[in-house]
Amino acid sequence: MKVGLFIPCYVDAFFPEVGVATLELLERFDIEVVYPLDQTCCGQPMTNSGCHQEAAPTEKLFVKNFSGFEYIVGPSGSCVHHIRENLTAIPQTEEVRKVRASTYELVEFLHDVVKVQAFPWAEFPHKVGLHNGCSTLRALREAKASEIAEPDFSKPLDLLSKVKGIRFVKPDRPDECCGFGGTFSVFEEPVSARMGYDKVNDHSRAGAEYIVSADMSCMMHQKGCATRLGLPIKFIHVAQVLNGARA
Amino acid sequence: MKRIDHAEASSHFIKSKDHIEFHDRRLWDLRQKRDRESEQLPEWEELRTLASAIKEHTLSHLSDYLEEFERNAIANGAQVHWAKDAAEHNQIVFDIMKARGVNTLVKAKSMLTDECDMRPFLENRGFEVMETDLGERIQQLDDEPPSHIVVPAVHKLKTDVARVFSETIGTDPKNSDVHYLAESQRQHTRPFFLKAEAGMTGANFAVAETGAIVVCTNKGNADLSVNLPNLYIASVGIEKVIPRTEHLGVFVRMLSRSALGSPITQLTSHFRVPRPGTQMHVILVDNGRSERLGMADFWYSLKCIRCGACMNTCPVYRRSGGLSYGATYSGPIGVIIDPTFNLRKYSSLPFASTLNGSCTSVCPVRINIHEQIYKWRQVISERNQLPMIKKEAMQIAGKLLSKPKLYRAAVEAAGADRRDSQAEGPARCRRRRRPRPVRCRRDRLAMALRGGVQGQRAGIPFAAPGHTARPARHRHQHAPRLPARRISRGQLRRVHDGTFGHGGHRRYPDPRCAGYPDDDRDSGAGVTLARRTDAPTRRRRSPCSSTTT
Repeated sequence: MKVGLFIPCYVDAFFPEVGVATLELLERFDIEVVYPLDQTCCGQPMTNSGCHQEAAPTEKLFVKNFSGFEYIVGPSGSCVHHIRENLTAIPQTEEVRKVRASTYELVEFLHDVVKVQAFPWAEFPHKVGLHNGCSTLRALREAKASEIAEPDFSKPLDLLSKVKGIRFVKPDRPDECCGFGGTFSVFEEPVSARMGYDKVNDHSRAGAEYIVSADMSCMMHQKGCATRLGLPIKFIHVAQVLNGARA
Repeated sequence: MKRIDHAEASSHFIKSKDHIEFHDRRLWDLRQKRDRESEQLPEWEELRTLASAIKEHTLSHLSDYLEEFERNAIANGAQVHWAKDAAEHNQIVFDIMKARGVNTLVKAKSMLTDECDMRPFLENRGFEVMETDLGERIQQLDDEPPSHIVVPAVHKLKTDVARVFSETIGTDPKNSDVHYLAESQRQHTRPFFLKAEAGMTGANFAVAETGAIVVCTNKGNADLSVNLPNLYIASVGIEKVIPRTEHLGVFVRMLSRSALGSPITQLTSHFRVPRPGTQMHVILVDNGRSERLGMADFWYSLKCIRCGACMNTCPVYRRSGGLSYGATYSGPIGVIIDPTFNLRKYSSLPFASTLNGSCTSVCPVRINIHEQIYKWRQVISERNQLPMIKKEAMQIAGKLLSKPKLYRAAVEAAGADRRDSQAEGPARCRRRRRPRPVRCRRDRLAMALRGGVQGQRAGIPFAAPGHTARPARHRHQHAPRLPARRISRGQLRRVHDGTFGHGGHRRYPDPRCAGYPDDDRDSGAGVTLARRTDAPTRRRRSPCSSTTT
């Protein structure tokens, strides 16, 4: 199995440890991982602002970097959602369609494709609040959204439950949006910040020591909000926990 | 016309701690009640699909069903009027009342009359108009539009209501007991019911096969408005028509569950035939709906049954309040409808969303709300209605992110900042000249890929203890040429100026998108009247043919 490792721009710039953990985690399952060196971004920041024309060269570059891989895996739900559903600023050639259909978010890749049964090296003896980013939840459908009438399921919880010592807390509104929303957090700052404060307070009240998520961008926003509020809550990506980080 | 600034308006709402906390809690409570109700119906998701299909079918045969409704309403003894826009609607109401020589109107809640600005139109011409829905009445007395399509005064605390009532109907300003306030309003309103010469309602549904207007309420004020005066006027948006009475079996089950989390409204009234000696008028209003029906990406919004579930679930709406949208329709449904009235004025609204998608999940008629929000952003950008700062930021981002070398230089700079701030705290490092990173991030990943350099790994936070990567010779073809090439400071400056990579500063692209309202154009101008047979008809097989043939 040959996997192209997609490390989104903001992870690359601000949280390289998440990229490294993703790589190491995939390699633990004897997966051949290649990191195309010229990769940058998926184009989402531009298209989410309506600027498809401005996104086209970036999308083209993404496809150029990742065509030919059996799977493309990245540790970010919203970027993977963009690639799969919205990478449409460039002509939809067969190559583009193939790349889009082959792109997976890390959790769903481990859960659905690799079908991981155990993480014997992983132990995380902490109380954890799980945060599913909205794209991960409602677009990639990795877990049941609270407003949809259907049987309960959660791929991130399935995987994290296999980690030794981990305990989960239940916030009042487990899948309320945290208010990041990309450029929303810049141009709609008052509401965005308020949503972030409400989110981290909810987790904190529930007793979470850590917030764990497959979406580092949400946690980037929440981390800022928690710091401003002086909450002692910590943040860690699901890839790091599954890869054996203890704290 | 001034562009609505949602962010600015919401910042005022957020400043009042009590208001935002109550608003958020109250609407989230409605969302949770909705969840509980929907979970009790195993067929809930199926009902949503069916409701969507009925609406889709009706909209794609709209002119036929409207004419069927008109025939049956006339046969029932009602008079049917067609209004192509708000101005025509208001004039028709005026003419009806003038012809009967009546001056007082009691009305139940209707978003359409708010959309048409009917109340000020009539009041300016000497008519007395009384809103009889409690929330609408509070808003009328406070001279504010409704902030929510189902609970119009939800942004107000009971102390706000006490203030409004004390200033307008003479209650005790210190008494904010809800029973006292509600009873005071009831006593104040009752005489108007008895003296009013005309009554008005909106419509939740207009049934084509019977010509009936169906109104779902909880307070009985609509029934009083219709049955006490001798003149009844119903204002109906053309998208409210449904083919058959049996379809109410789908919609009525969903409406109140979605709106308030109650199984059904207290009253579901069918107004079909005028009482002997009285008149019943139905005004079918287009006001931009035909035009919207012709928009390939946005016609789905016409399926809306105005339950407000998308507003209750929207985390942005709950924290910004309906008035911050500056439009008749607020929240997610407003965000996708309002730009059809005036693109420029409402161009910030589709950005008042995190695209979280919960609005789409709760919509009882499966409107793809968040996808339409996403699409509107594209239209707004193509029509050059983005704020310049955002457009330029995206142009720079687009350049930076499509050129690996520029991108790498920017990431290295970010990485240096990050390392500085971790080591020394943000305050100091801002003024300090950045030290060059020892190795770039690309090198670290590349080394990790080559499976060596334990020393590098040891420095990486959260590295898995005891794990040694496998050597992987086949990946060497991807090994980087070290060190990473850097761009000059001048080049970086040009990236920030937006001039890197071409001769000059690129201006906005030409407008390419046709078919949307122009800047500052008045709502409803130039619309097509839907009863005419040239209303767009989709060649689509009836999705509910078994129930409509």
